[in-house]
Amino acid sequence: MSAFDDFVTTQRGTSRRDFLKAGGALVVSFAAPGCAVTEAAREPVLPVAGSVWPSKIDPNLLDSWLRIAADGSVTASVGKIEAGMGIGTAFTQVVAEELDVPIERVTLVMGDTATTVDQRGTGSSNGIMDGASALKRAAAEGRAALLALASQRLGVAAAELRVRDGVVYVAANESKRVSYAELIGGRMFDVKVSEKPAAKDPAQYTVVGKPVPRLDIPPKVEGAYRYVSDLKVPGMLHARVIRPPEAQAQVVSVDEGAKLPGLVRVVRRGNFVAVVCEREEQAVEAARKLSVEWSRPAPAFWPGYDELYAALRSAKPKATKEEGMKGDVDASIRMAARVVEARYEYPFQSHSSMGPACAVADVRDGGAVVWFGGQKPYPTRKGLADLLKLPDEKVRVVWMPGPGSYGMNDADDCAADAAVIAQAVGRPVRVQYMRADATAWDPKGPPVAFRMRAGVSSDDRVFAWDYEARGFSGRTRNNSTDVGGDTLAGQFIGGFKPKITDQPQFPSESYGFPNARKVSHTIDWSRSMPTGLRTAHLRDPDGMATCFASESFADELAFATKMDPVEFRLRYLTDPRDIAVVKAAAKEAGWETRVGPRARGGRIAKGRGIAYAPRNRSVVAVVAEVEVDTQTGEYRVTRFTCAHDCGFVVNPSNLRGTIEANLIQGLSRARHEAVRFDERRVLSNDWLSYPILDMMEVPDAIDIVILGNKPGTRSLGAGEPSTRPVAAAVANALFDATGVRLRRCPLTPEALRKGLAA
Amino acid sequence: MPQVIELVVDGKRARVEAEPSTPLLYVLRNDVGALAPRFGCGLAQCGACTVHLDGVAIRSCATPVSAAANAKVTTLAGLAPAPGTLHAVQQAFIDEQAAQCGYCINGWIMTAAALLESNPRATDDEIRRGLSGLKCRCGTHMSILRAVKLAAKRMAAGSRT
Repeated sequence: MSAFDDFVTTQRGTSRRDFLKAGGALVVSFAAPGCAVTEAAREPVLPVAGSVWPSKIDPNLLDSWLRIAADGSVTASVGKIEAGMGIGTAFTQVVAEELDVPIERVTLVMGDTATTVDQRGTGSSNGIMDGASALKRAAAEGRAALLALASQRLGVAAAELRVRDGVVYVAANESKRVSYAELIGGRMFDVKVSEKPAAKDPAQYTVVGKPVPRLDIPPKVEGAYRYVSDLKVPGMLHARVIRPPEAQAQVVSVDEGAKLPGLVRVVRRGNFVAVVCEREEQAVEAARKLSVEWSRPAPAFWPGYDELYAALRSAKPKATKEEGMKGDVDASIRMAARVVEARYEYPFQSHSSMGPACAVADVRDGGAVVWFGGQKPYPTRKGLADLLKLPDEKVRVVWMPGPGSYGMNDADDCAADAAVIAQAVGRPVRVQYMRADATAWDPKGPPVAFRMRAGVSSDDRVFAWDYEARGFSGRTRNNSTDVGGDTLAGQFIGGFKPKITDQPQFPSESYGFPNARKVSHTIDWSRSMPTGLRTAHLRDPDGMATCFASESFADELAFATKMDPVEFRLRYLTDPRDIAVVKAAAKEAGWETRVGPRARGGRIAKGRGIAYAPRNRSVVAVVAEVEVDTQTGEYRVTRFTCAHDCGFVVNPSNLRGTIEANLIQGLSRARHEAVRFDERRVLSNDWLSYPILDMMEVPDAIDIVILGNKPGTRSLGAGEPSTRPVAAAVANALFDATGVRLRRCPLTPEALRKGLAA
Repeated sequence: MPQVIELVVDGKRARVEAEPSTPLLYVLRNDVGALAPRFGCGLAQCGACTVHLDGVAIRSCATPVSAAANAKVTTLAGLAPAPGTLHAVQQAFIDEQAAQCGYCINGWIMTAAALLESNPRATDDEIRRGLSGLKCRCGTHMSILRAVKLAAKRMAAGSRT
């Protein structure tokens, strides 16, 4: 059994490696991806810095994707990663299905730049769309190659052959059979993957489309699942980084000769400061105690959100983009019987992953191996090579599971820090961030200030829609780490340019107003790069913000034109799939039709609100039901109903879990989350200063309706879409319950109480 | 000064040498090799580091190793009543598919197990209150709640697995 197989089976919980006695202490032994294990010693042999690895895995070769071992077990490789949403199980289902092997016989290799095809990694909810389709092609090609071999061996045309559990047999005579192991076990296929290999008829699926239990959950609940933070490399040291106390502060002096327990080295390059110690707790203490003097720079931020939004609204844009232009909006608004106008605001939000990022790096002998938990190992390899001044092919980035990352969390920065520190000390180094490094210093979801206007005719028809967004680009910190300047390490060391991209902020609704204009202004935020307020993509980049503006405004227009919110959407939406999800969500929720807020009586007010959103080609509608204490403004979402169309569903039970978690995370962001800051620093640095949703606040029920799930149709992304409409749905429900319209996220009880008192 | 401290972790004895003030979590993970408790915040705010100390759920990131000397430490990996079995709470988490990234799951299972051991007939409200304060960033709360209720039902009926 190879080390990788061992790691995977460990992850799947089928062959747990338990504590081993070694050197008088208990140590756990497990193999990491890319390891070779000497079975006798049961010690993992890790990839070594300085080795030469293939610079590219050829995607056209079947052997790059699929391997059948001598015992008939199947290893599938994919350039995607498991971010915790169960995609590994879906991939395994796809391979097992096409090859007709039991799911237990398939193991998966993910995101190792030296052994898996460069598919960039996971992001944009593309795991199923790209990863599963590539594996399906490879597995279908593999099946065809195996049938061709079996046809020769058995002397029967391939069309006469069938496969069951990895054994090929003659349909008319089942005793004539040969196994995959006998056909190719342990050998290469040596064939190319064709453009469209003949794949199984989806009507025949027995594994794909079925609610297969997730393979990673048993080891997770047994405490046997291994994350990058569990990796131990022989001779490994522990490091912690020291961040500037104020944004843009420069190092004046560092006590590099400090005598602290266990301190091996203070690493300082420009404004990059780290301590390296023998033991982890020593590194934590040394980082606290090391004396570093910092400059006192001019204030880089604002006193608070009022000033930030004012700044966004008045700044000269760096880039302006238009989309969905129809008719003449200015003339329409001039002619309108009534103009409805509203402003919305959406704050900085943090990824705040459950565990602060961790990475292990070994940089010596002209090469580097870096283990990390980020989503895009392939571009990260380039960024690290740039930072370390090494050729790409001498750098190997190996993904291992991290905590859920939801976009560009702190994982890539941690990998860069570990690499820079390991290069300085010439020994393997493990860096795990502290909570403040994760919450105060991760790249943030960008703030946006919106102005919406609509022209309404004298007979209450909306005939002009004017959308304007002014925000920082969610790719100020680029959406992959292609250059060293994208990382905090590169920023602090100095001399590395970031690859800043302007990302416009548009909603994706299909309202068919005869005159329409959508304008997105991106405000320059490049100076944020060495700070904790630099902006990057956070789950469904800009989607919650843009949908909050457009779907809150749609609700305001429904009220202004004396229509029920569902009726309004059905009247103006144009895409049939959009209309279908709105109808389905309303029906499942038992939507009560009415114009304007529900009549109130008593202290507790109840309400319901709807919002809908397409995302790429998936589309979602969400109904939120709320209960509000009208004296305190405290409220709870008691129920969500979600209608969800993401095409053909590979794993229905896991889709349900994905939608539920997206709704809950969306609710957390809508209800609680705004990164706190003052003029000089980020003030959110732990779970008290960046609170998220608590168990006391979760709904009593989430009801889900799946639409568009037909075998043979394309599978679309589900990782993010259901997050998108949550803030708008909740704001609309609060309006229905109270008549108070909240136009700034998060939707706090304080704001609601103020509105109720006004 | 570092001291030799004797621990019993998941029924196995371990001798470690560390500063007595070292957080138990680091000793469990780095010296004992017990990797199920995880570093989430180091501030006792999230629960990812939860272990049982003589049956009581504690946050090991904020507990000095000296407090665990000669006490019985149970981690998620040692929670099951016997090898090859699962605790009722673990089984319920599998049945309800209650995890995404799984980084927090240690805290929820260990806290729920301690809660239900002391109050097997916990009501839905007592369960919510007992789990309040634990963090899950992926948002798997719905399935966690279903799992703990399922475990409560089974444990109230006398089952420990």
